[in-house]
Amino acid sequence: MTYIAKPKFHHPGLEKNALGFIHRDYEGKISTLCAGCGHDSITASIIEACFELSIEPHRVAKISGIGCSSKTPDYFLGNSHGFNSVHGRMPSVLTGANLANRDLIYLGVSGDGDSASIGFGQFAHSIRRGVNMAYIVENNGVYGLTKGQFSATADRGSKSKKGVVNTDNAIDLVAIALQLGATYVARSFSGDKSQLVPLIAGAIQHRGAAFIDVISPCIAFNNHAGSTKSFDYVREHNDAVNRLDVITGRDPITVDYAPGTVQIVEQHDGTKLALRKIDADYDPHDRLGAMTFLQKHAAKGQIVTGLLYVDPDAEDLHTHLNTVEAPLNRLDADALCPGSAALEKINASLR
Amino acid sequence: MKPTDISAPDYFHKVVDCQWACPAHTPVPEYIRLIAQGRYSDAYMINWQSNVFPGILGRTCDRPCEPACRRGRVEENPVAICRLKRVAADFKDDIRQRLPRPSARNGKRIALVGGGPASLAVARDLAPLGYHCTVFDADPKAGGMMRSQIPKFRLPDSVIDEETDYILNLGIEFKGGTRIDSMKKLLADKYDAIFVGSGAPRGRELDIPGRKEAAKNIHIGIDWLSSVSFGHIDKIGKRVIVLGGGNTAMDCCRTARRLGGEDVKVIVRSGFEEMKASPWEKEDAMHEDIPILNFMVPVAFVHDNGKLTGVTFQKVRAEYDAKGKRSLVPAGEPDQTIPCDDVLVAVGQENAFPWIERDCGIEFDKWNMPKVDPKTMGSTHPKVFFGGDAAFGPKNIIWAVAHGHDAALSIHKLVSGEDISERPLPEVHISSQKMGIHEWSYDNDISADMRFKVPHRDKVVALKDIRAEVELGYDVKLALGEAQRCLNCDVQTVFAPNLCIECDACVDICPMDCITFTENGEEGDLRQRLKAPSPHHDQALYVADGLKTGRVMVKDEDVCLHCGLCAERCPTGAWDMQKYLIDMVHAGSSCPTKSRSAA
Repeated sequence: MTYIAKPKFHHPGLEKNALGFIHRDYEGKISTLCAGCGHDSITASIIEACFELSIEPHRVAKISGIGCSSKTPDYFLGNSHGFNSVHGRMPSVLTGANLANRDLIYLGVSGDGDSASIGFGQFAHSIRRGVNMAYIVENNGVYGLTKGQFSATADRGSKSKKGVVNTDNAIDLVAIALQLGATYVARSFSGDKSQLVPLIAGAIQHRGAAFIDVISPCIAFNNHAGSTKSFDYVREHNDAVNRLDVITGRDPITVDYAPGTVQIVEQHDGTKLALRKIDADYDPHDRLGAMTFLQKHAAKGQIVTGLLYVDPDAEDLHTHLNTVEAPLNRLDADALCPGSAALEKINASLR
Repeated sequence: MKPTDISAPDYFHKVVDCQWACPAHTPVPEYIRLIAQGRYSDAYMINWQSNVFPGILGRTCDRPCEPACRRGRVEENPVAICRLKRVAADFKDDIRQRLPRPSARNGKRIALVGGGPASLAVARDLAPLGYHCTVFDADPKAGGMMRSQIPKFRLPDSVIDEETDYILNLGIEFKGGTRIDSMKKLLADKYDAIFVGSGAPRGRELDIPGRKEAAKNIHIGIDWLSSVSFGHIDKIGKRVIVLGGGNTAMDCCRTARRLGGEDVKVIVRSGFEEMKASPWEKEDAMHEDIPILNFMVPVAFVHDNGKLTGVTFQKVRAEYDAKGKRSLVPAGEPDQTIPCDDVLVAVGQENAFPWIERDCGIEFDKWNMPKVDPKTMGSTHPKVFFGGDAAFGPKNIIWAVAHGHDAALSIHKLVSGEDISERPLPEVHISSQKMGIHEWSYDNDISADMRFKVPHRDKVVALKDIRAEVELGYDVKLALGEAQRCLNCDVQTVFAPNLCIECDACVDICPMDCITFTENGEEGDLRQRLKAPSPHHDQALYVADGLKTGRVMVKDEDVCLHCGLCAERCPTGAWDMQKYLIDMVHAGSSCPTKSRSAA
């Protein structure tokens, strides 16, 4: 970690967003992770995405569990709401917060240990319910805080830093998210911000459960030959199906890509996702196809990245439950507690 | 772009903007760090080596370093480099033991005409090598214009005495009160070399109606200043007009305020912004209740039977042609006469060489200036060299010192039978500053302080005593605060592409968005694709190739804070903070190695 504070000075010519903020206004404290940690690049990508979307920091709630990844919300959006929850319990805390106040933007930040091991059930249920959130897993395949044991996402056959071979099967969180009905599913790589930043922006804009699995090399314990989550391995085996551009309202849509290579996806709020196809046959609207595609490539040792599945017309948990539009903190006491007469009426209707 | 050759001595030198801008290439960040550590004598000696007059320059330098200072590109004001130099001079211990000793004579004799900064710099470089240096000056004491033209309230005699004595005590023969009036005679004395550092001693005239008739109350600025300096003049009328917009005009008006001038005005032809005077000198003058009126061209001195009563001005405005060249055209307003008792004319200085016979082998150009090679400072006469204002017209002290170093090197080579046009390369040292994982041998925590003001003597007291120094200098605490503002631009970010794993840690941490990893391209194209805009194309791009992905690392040197966070966050040590020191070659430098070693 670094002991000095990051200097307040910034480049005098930095671009400002619609709110008049520069990207540095979206920073948090200086990272205390190991130098070179992939998670810091994800932090930088979240900062960049929020800057580009001109998000007001006080409208974001960032919620995490335990682990290296779950420390990172301290390093971005220093003026947002945050909750560092119990190990693996981020999805429940996020679901609860979301039910109480649907007006905020929910960023769930978790790791492979937090989501694929102790919090696997929590992860599954939040996706299954369609909570409106951007769920980001910073996936490095090891337990970095406890000296680098294999995590549940470590590939079978990959080697630890000491040379031990992993004999367990890996959990592919993307495959599970697809199966559980996530309506925006992507995978990316911390070493490729040009792909990652728009994917995060798209996830934030998406209504419904948006899930991004970001492979993030652990510089201390999982960046060696034999690892399948190292910078070199991911760069060599990365098979991107598409690159994304998020087109927000304030930018006019000027599509200057070659015809046939771009697919425009309009989301519920009017933002448009311009998908530059790399794999011409890949259809991001086909859930079943996506699952097959993913498995086939995984079998060949390839890491499929890009926006793998999106349902632009998705609904979220609030719609399913038919909840009240206003956040609970804006309802007055009469609305929140309608009194014993109302209770009697409900009870009577159930008798 | 081709990968940057960081072993070229000039590459990192340019990154140290202040040092690059200094004509004498003083290693500014190095001495500022020493000041921060309280090592004032060490800081002084570094200055003494390169600019010869730290105490004098710390008060009077034209400070080309400060507009260049990187700090001025990341916040409002540059580091007060000049005034920190004075701190080194003010707080040093007795440094006489650290000066060179007069060495055994080598039998070579050098004549130096004029006892100002240029000649003294030559003598300082040559005397320790055993040369017999004889300095001639018409004034009784050494110092030249530093003593005669700069008012004592800016530069006390004691400072000039101290620093000229350091040089004269190197075994230099000083012949004060001796005006050289014939180059031929001097050449006949068979010196091994002659250096002319006689300055630009003639103040330019303002030949407009009334000049002759009212001559008694119209004074040429530099002559008047030197008369004041030597105590020949001690008063002036109550209403004074100073004509001219340079630093001499500022010295004139402030001196006039101290000699009885109550209503002193500076009146300039040009606009206020284009005045030649340094901004801080204008500020100091205005602080002493001296208004500066602009766009007024003097057309006549008004007098009553030879008694000056005022000056008439034509009002003008600036007009720019298509090329941006300015001309002053009448504004169409009626002329204005401003009453006054005395006028000081400070509209420029000129060289004059009536004492150099035109047939002695020294060629002159059409402006009546000697033809001088700006690299060697040699004239067309193989044994005669020029420097300071005498070489290329009025500049300033620090340029005179730089000329002096170059001329001394030429003279040493000439006398040693070498080709003076072959200039040895400077020696460069570069060494890692890493002490531990997050420990550096320099303070990399960037201070957010704004520029500290130098305390001034109370105005009422200052205006009463012409010898009372106005600026009091920083105290130790202020000096420390100001020194901490320095960005240590000489501690370079050095990149080793073979170690880089392209994890982006440096890109993410850099507070100034200096670093970009991208596909290579031509410079113009690359500058468009950087993480942050690059408005200053004179600031280099540091390009390194050899990365696994085939991309290049591009660092825009422009606003790098040298905070070292890239190196702290780099997991593989691909970035390192390395201190760059360049030894400019002076006469008798032991090194002159030809290698461009930077490792």
